[in-house]
This record gives sequence, C-alpha cells and structure tokens, in this order.
Amino acid sequence: MAVASETISRQSLARDFSHQHAAHCESGVMAHLLGHAGLPLSEAAAFGLSASLAFAHLPMIRINEQALTSYRMPPGHIVRGLEKRLGIRMRRERFRDPLSGMAGLDRHLDAGRPVGLQTSVYWLPYFPEDMRFHFNAHNLIVYGREGDDYLISDPVFEHPVRAHRTALMKARFARGPFAPKGLLYYPEAVPESVDWSAVARKAIRRTCMMMRYSPVPWIGVRGIRYLARRLERLPKRRLTTRQQQLMVGQVIRMQEEIGTGGGGFRYLYAAFLQEAAGWTDSESLAQAADHMATAGDTWRQFAVQGARFVKSGDEALLASLPDLLRHCADAERATYDLMWHA
Amino acid sequence: MSSDDTDARGNRILEGERKAVYVRDADGRYRKQASEGWKVEEIVTSAAVDEFRRLANTTLADCRAGRASPLAYYMYRCRLDPGSLAQAAGIATWRVRRHLRPGPFARLSPRLLSLYADILDMDPDSLRQEP
Repeated sequence: MAVASETISRQSLARDFSHQHAAHCESGVMAHLLGHAGLPLSEAAAFGLSASLAFAHLPMIRINEQALTSYRMPPGHIVRGLEKRLGIRMRRERFRDPLSGMAGLDRHLDAGRPVGLQTSVYWLPYFPEDMRFHFNAHNLIVYGREGDDYLISDPVFEHPVRAHRTALMKARFARGPFAPKGLLYYPEAVPESVDWSAVARKAIRRTCMMMRYSPVPWIGVRGIRYLARRLERLPKRRLTTRQQQLMVGQVIRMQEEIGTGGGGFRYLYAAFLQEAAGWTDSESLAQAADHMATAGDTWRQFAVQGARFVKSGDEALLASLPDLLRHCADAERATYDLMWHA
Repeated sequence: MSSDDTDARGNRILEGERKAVYVRDADGRYRKQASEGWKVEEIVTSAAVDEFRRLANTTLADCRAGRASPLAYYMYRCRLDPGSLAQAAGIATWRVRRHLRPGPFARLSPRLLSLYADILDMDPDSLRQEP
C-alpha cells in the first residue's frame, strides 16, 4: 500500500563495506576506498607510495598565531600522489551550497557507493570535546544512511560512527583555510595490476630528495635543525614563558596530530619501508625501516621533554630541547642515506 | 629515565576512544595496534584548550567592562582567533581586530554580522548581545 511505503525512512548502505581503523585519516580513507574498489592497499603503503613523509617548520605561516610545523606533505597529497603513481582515476565533486552537497552525497549512497569526504573536525559531533579544533582537511568515508543519520567510517576511530545531516552539512561546508566546499571523492578506475617494486622505489627516492636534499632551510632534515636553532634563540626573544610553552606545545601537537600515532608519521613510514623491502627484496630497505622507527623514537624523546617544559615552564627543560631535535635530525639523515642507496 | 609520569599511557582527552598506532611486534613486523594514547598528547592538547579558555575568560571580563565586543568573546569560545576568523570570513585580519572593539562592532553591517554569526553557528541577534 502507498501509505506504508511513505512512512519507511530512507535507508542506504554500501555492500561489502566494513570499518577499518587507521593511524591517519587521509591514508586510512584511501587505503579503504581503493581496497573496496578492487586494489587492496595498506594504510602504510598509501602513505609511503604517495611520498607523503615530510618535515617543515614555517614561521611565515601562522595557524592560531603559531608557526606552522608539519610532519607530512599538505592535505590532498596522499590522494593526488596515489592517483599519479598508481594510475588510479579519482572522481571529485564540489558543491556551491550545503543542500546540493547533501543531495550529491545521497545520490552516491543510494547507488550503494561509499565515498570519501573532506570535512572540518570542529563540527563532527562524535569527536571528543577537547579534540574539536578548526581543522578543515579531515577525511572520512560515508557508507550509508538511516533517515537523517549518516553512517560514517572515520578511520581514526576504532568503530563506525554517525552524524546527523545538519552536523555533516556544517562540517562539509565550514569556511576558512582548506575549506572543503563539500568535497566528495572516490576511485572511478583502478589498474589491473601494479609494479609495486618500481612504484615504491620512485616514491622512496622522492621522499629522500625532499628530506635529505631540501634546497630551503625550513624543510626536510635542514628544517629540523632550523627548528632546533629557533628553540635555542627562544629565551632571547621577548616572549613570556607561557608564549614559549605554547610554541613548543604546538610543535608537539602537530607531531601527535590526528593522526600519526605519535612519532610524527615516522612509525607509519617504517611500516611502509618494511612492505617495500618485501616488494623489492631489499635488505637495505628492511634496515631502513628499523632506522626510521628509531628516528620515531628520537621524536618521542623530544616530545616527552617538550611536554615537561609545557607543563612546568622550567628554563632548563627548554634549553635541553635543541640537542634532542638534533638527535632527530641525525637519526633521520642516516635513514635517508640508507634509503637513497637501497 | 623518567621520574614523573609524562610518558605514561592514557590520554583522558580521548574520552575512552582509542587511536591506531604502529608498533614493532616480537617478530620485528610493524603493525597497527589500538592505543589509549599517552600523557604527552594530553598535556599539549590541554595547553591549547586551556589557552582558548583563558582568552575567552579574559575577553568576557573585557566585554562586560566595555573594552571588547561580544564578537571577541564568542570568537575565543569557539576556539577561533582573529587570523582564523578573518580567513573564515574572507576579510583582512586588521578588519576583524577592529570588530573586536565595541564601537566598530556596534556599527557592523547586517551582512557581516550574519556572516560572523554563521561561522560561529549562532543567531545574529545573540551575537549582538553582551554575553
């Protein structure tokens, strides 16, 4: 009867889709979507093959009044990098207003297709309160809908989550830097096969070039040493202890960012190097993986000491940080040398 | 090495959620594992949250004393600052800073008031009110 069908709320669900937990949103989404499209890929491979490992400390760019520190390439680099290196065709859609954005999303869901979305973190209701900051380049997958509730596979969460239509609209159309404009994306075509060894080697060389042979002082291993010098000069600048603490805090926050799982993406990249060692049958890359994990450990040591300074404001702790950063720079440089010759 | 708990496990900011981290298992393989986080992240994230709270409290007092506009308070309460609010609104930072003063804010055009209100997810009339 017509009446019965009108009272059933809209429902759609992608087939053969189950949530996956990941350390980082963009690599987690791409690994998941590509796997679903028939090209299985680990999160570590998604991150490494797109040559997304990086380091930059850019005082000329301010985020919340603090210098920008980043441990990976800018948002979007993983998607574009995989597109290029693996020969995938990605489809992207942006929308002028929230309503057409949701209509566009609903069309894909009704067709049973899970899609990636770029969103703000601040407006996602399932995020813990004190993790909700204005960061507009978060990535998640929507795989279904129950009435006005959207079923979300957000890689950085352990289990599937939900968001109401109103909240998702706000998150998809937030203004500011990296404004998402309702971006949705999914793989349209994936290659039959990939020469993993060749792609890995090219990607590894690219990361080495950027980190080991950076032409500018703020990027790569040079950037880590640059940051060390800036921290050394911090007491001489006319800043309050609180301002110093906030500066150091920001450097460490980006290291721990959702999501790296700590170590500034170094552990994730170590996992990639280990996979690459398997594809290329290279003992050097296997060793490089361990070196990279050790580099991650040096970042953790820096983070612990930095957090102590953030808590206490003790000058002596601040004074110990530059040398810890130099250990990080040394550990990373040794790793890239190994990778370059592998 | 440590005599304090700075590198202890657990991060109350996660509110019971677990992050995925990569660790080396007994066979030397790097694998994903669910983690409750660690204190370091709790400390640095709290510092950032507390700073916004401090700024919100200070501007609330300034607002009530007629030294700052309601926009200044609601901005910090929403974890924005002049630079990021300016980028969200698509206007120059110096103009946002002007609007943090009571006089210029009171003379704000309805269009700009609506824009700020939309960014802060507020009703424009509430934004005009002293908090």
